[in-house]
Amino acid sequence: MTYIAKPKFHHPGLKKNELGYTHRDYEGKISTLCAGCGHDSITASIIEACYELSIEPHRVAKISGIGCSSKTPDYFLGNSHGFNSVHGRMPSVLTGANLANRDLIYLGVSGDGDSASIGFGQFAHSIRRGVNMTYIVENNGVYGLTKGQFSATADRGSKSKKGVTNTDNAIDLVAIALQLGATFVARSFSGDKTQLVPLIAAAIRHKGASFIDVISPCIAFNNHAGSTKSFDYVREHNDAVNRLDVLVGRDPIAVDYAPGTVQMVEQHDGSRIALRKIDADYDPHDRLGAQTFLQKHAAKGQIVTGLLYVDPDAEDLHEHLNTVETPLNTLEADTLCPGSAALDKFNASLR
Amino acid sequence: MSDKKPISSVNDFVVRFANVNGSGSASANEMFARAILRHGVPVSPRNIFPSNIQGLPTWYEVRVTEDGHLGARGGVDMMVAMNPQTWDKDVAGIEPGGYLFYDSTKPMPSTKFRDDITVIGVPLTAITNSTYTDPRQRQLFKNIIYLGALSALLDMDPKLIEQLIGEQYKGKEKLLSSNVHALHLGRDWALQNLKCPTGLRVKKSDKVGDRIFIEGNSAAALGAVYGGATVCAWYPITPSSSVAEAFTAHCKKYRHDPETGKAKYAIVQGEDELASIGIVIGASWNGARAFTATSGPGISLMTEFIGLSYFAEIPAVIMNIQRAGPSTGMPTRTQQCDIIACAYASHGDTKHVLLFPEDPAEAFEFAAAAFDLAERLQTTIFLMLDLDIGMNHRLCRPLKWDDAKQYDRGKVMTAEMLDEGRDFGRYLDVDGDGIPYRTYPGTHPTKGSYFTRGTSRDRYARYSEEGSVYADNMQRLMRKFETAQDLVPRPLQANAERPTKYGVIYFGSTTPAMDEAIGLLEARGHQLDRLRIRAFPFHSSVASFLAEHDFVYVVEQNRDSQLRQLIVNENGIDPVRLVPIVHYDGSPITARFIAKAIGDHQDHIKVTPLRKAVS
Repeated sequence: MTYIAKPKFHHPGLKKNELGYTHRDYEGKISTLCAGCGHDSITASIIEACYELSIEPHRVAKISGIGCSSKTPDYFLGNSHGFNSVHGRMPSVLTGANLANRDLIYLGVSGDGDSASIGFGQFAHSIRRGVNMTYIVENNGVYGLTKGQFSATADRGSKSKKGVTNTDNAIDLVAIALQLGATFVARSFSGDKTQLVPLIAAAIRHKGASFIDVISPCIAFNNHAGSTKSFDYVREHNDAVNRLDVLVGRDPIAVDYAPGTVQMVEQHDGSRIALRKIDADYDPHDRLGAQTFLQKHAAKGQIVTGLLYVDPDAEDLHEHLNTVETPLNTLEADTLCPGSAALDKFNASLR
Repeated sequence: MSDKKPISSVNDFVVRFANVNGSGSASANEMFARAILRHGVPVSPRNIFPSNIQGLPTWYEVRVTEDGHLGARGGVDMMVAMNPQTWDKDVAGIEPGGYLFYDSTKPMPSTKFRDDITVIGVPLTAITNSTYTDPRQRQLFKNIIYLGALSALLDMDPKLIEQLIGEQYKGKEKLLSSNVHALHLGRDWALQNLKCPTGLRVKKSDKVGDRIFIEGNSAAALGAVYGGATVCAWYPITPSSSVAEAFTAHCKKYRHDPETGKAKYAIVQGEDELASIGIVIGASWNGARAFTATSGPGISLMTEFIGLSYFAEIPAVIMNIQRAGPSTGMPTRTQQCDIIACAYASHGDTKHVLLFPEDPAEAFEFAAAAFDLAERLQTTIFLMLDLDIGMNHRLCRPLKWDDAKQYDRGKVMTAEMLDEGRDFGRYLDVDGDGIPYRTYPGTHPTKGSYFTRGTSRDRYARYSEEGSVYADNMQRLMRKFETAQDLVPRPLQANAERPTKYGVIYFGSTTPAMDEAIGLLEARGHQLDRLRIRAFPFHSSVASFLAEHDFVYVVEQNRDSQLRQLIVNENGIDPVRLVPIVHYDGSPITARFIAKAIGDHQDHIKVTPLRKAVS
């Protein structure tokens, strides 16, 4: 969170996207996070993804809870409305906002303390409801703002900066999201922009509950020997299953599952994501397979990254509720109020 | 055998049904109340039920009241004792000279009766067993059979009951005829074997008029429909669940697009109260009218978000159907015990708007108005009902709506206004009323966006921990609360027939009992001016009322006299001048209780009743 606005001047020759926006139009205020924080890399990836998708910045609602990660919406999409709500309760606020206006793009940013502890229930229920959102957890396994306590995603046996060993089992939010029916599930690493940008872009295009767990090393409290969320540890244990690109408005590219080939996944809005599959046995349409794959690699101490599961035919909460296409926040008395004649009939039925 | 003359009364008595929860008696008992209404005689029924699904005692009390006293009276003139578990208590509760109606299939020892009451035995089990073989039928029709017997004992017109059965089972001929048959089984047996009618009688009258008979929760839910609520998020909790359930039913009836069949509303049963209020706040932040319904424990869980609503200035409507606390308290008993918890909900300096409807008609009006207020004031509005209003049918004036009414969406800056060059600072007090402009997300490509947060910020929504900036914001919030005084429903004052130095303040579900108590007190010679509070913040007329009287009684249904505390706190008045009259055992307050408490206090402070002074 900052009160330092970025200077407005920029190079006139900055590249523009389809809508004529430059990269700068997707930026926000200057970050006050620690220099080198993985969260800032995620911020950069969000900016990049929104630029590439040619999203109108003000059509995004960015909602977060409380914590280091939840500060980050202030640092991107400066012309969007942001909402820094209460600790762990971002998902409910986002759900309400989405119900009010189904036409906006909803970006939920959360942390591991936010989503895996106090907000674990809200995380789970927003996923199972199929809220049309992109839910990004900036996962560093530690409470940064309160200086270094373990979060619920910290691995058992990992050590805090003060040398304390974590004796609790870790919660794997990706595994939970898969189990709860998220229709887009991915994991990435904040330092791997090549992978993360298209993942975010694809998640935004996906209609339904998209969840991305981004391992994001905490430079201050979780980047030491013994931590399983440090830069070095993640780099050593990163096992990418695929890479993907977002191709908006282009013809689909056929993909197969063989290593080195590409798989196309069609989204509801017609955009397509191309999956470049590295692991020969991996099928991103197989929820059960994804769960097994994840657990198998977790048992080896490996972190699986990439698009783990996507359902191209997903429905969202509005479809479940059969709501009108018109955003609810635009409906007025003439369409909402049954009027006095209906009330007279209602009164008559109560005598 | 009675040594007390049986009570004789026409259209003015109390019948209480003692049943076992889950026995299917509710339908028959409610039909009894409705049948009396069809006679043109006002009734005031109350459910008295346990926090249990099946097996525990439950009571349904019907006050038959030609004079239209809709508060609980206290005392029972006829007990329909259908629950062996509570027999002793039920028999003991009958007024001297009253009546005991019971199932006489099995003989009871004489010690189980009283000499000062009239005992009416009907072999209900024997009649049902000889007629029906199916156990469930036996259980359900036993209830209709006692309704039939009562119709004879109280001189009711059976055709009116048949009419109700006809309405209830319209299109289900088999059920209709079998229920009518059961009704006449009981009625005929009573006419042939008992002295009918008793001293208690129902005589056709014309005192109901065009009034309607409705539960407060249903009326409040309909108010939400009329008030334009499109998002409802809730979590089940007694006694508020029926608000959301009724809202769902009303929306299904009124809110589907006729062409597409699609819903012009969204209802989510949240995973808990925290999520429910979070959804409400998210939806309201994004420009929809949203509400939740809950009760005390839910309010406790919601308080963090309520603080956010106050400080970040996001509209929200919470319907709090109060029950007896603290903690789980008595979940199915009524109280007005969340006044302080709601008025100052959350940490830090907060103040919230409370609305206190007196009956379902006001619950409807105030519920609809709550959405205008929430958007006008950009804050949480509490609709403070309680179980007594919410879950009981009440006779009240018909619900009314002005078709010319447009919703007050409050100060919302549009893209056009921004393009005109209007200065947008989310927390700028441009009109001096403490209420800033807001924008909805997605309004404008380059103007009007801001960051909503629960942390301190300046007038342009920029994060700031400057003390002066924080204080400036907090003072503006106070200005806004002062503005609210003139927007919320004003108190209603009614003066005594003669000038008096004594007043009484009350609110909400206490109203009918208070109205009746005034009559009882006047009969004792005590004159009282009265003021019915309808909202917090208090209008200036509350302070005036306090200034005009030496003593003011504050009648409420909680232990700590919470409204009185609020009045003292907000008006800086000497507490000694505000006399607490509190009732908090979970039952609805009665006129008898109020009249005795105030009368005794008047005696204690040696007020000479005017009646005596005159004589």
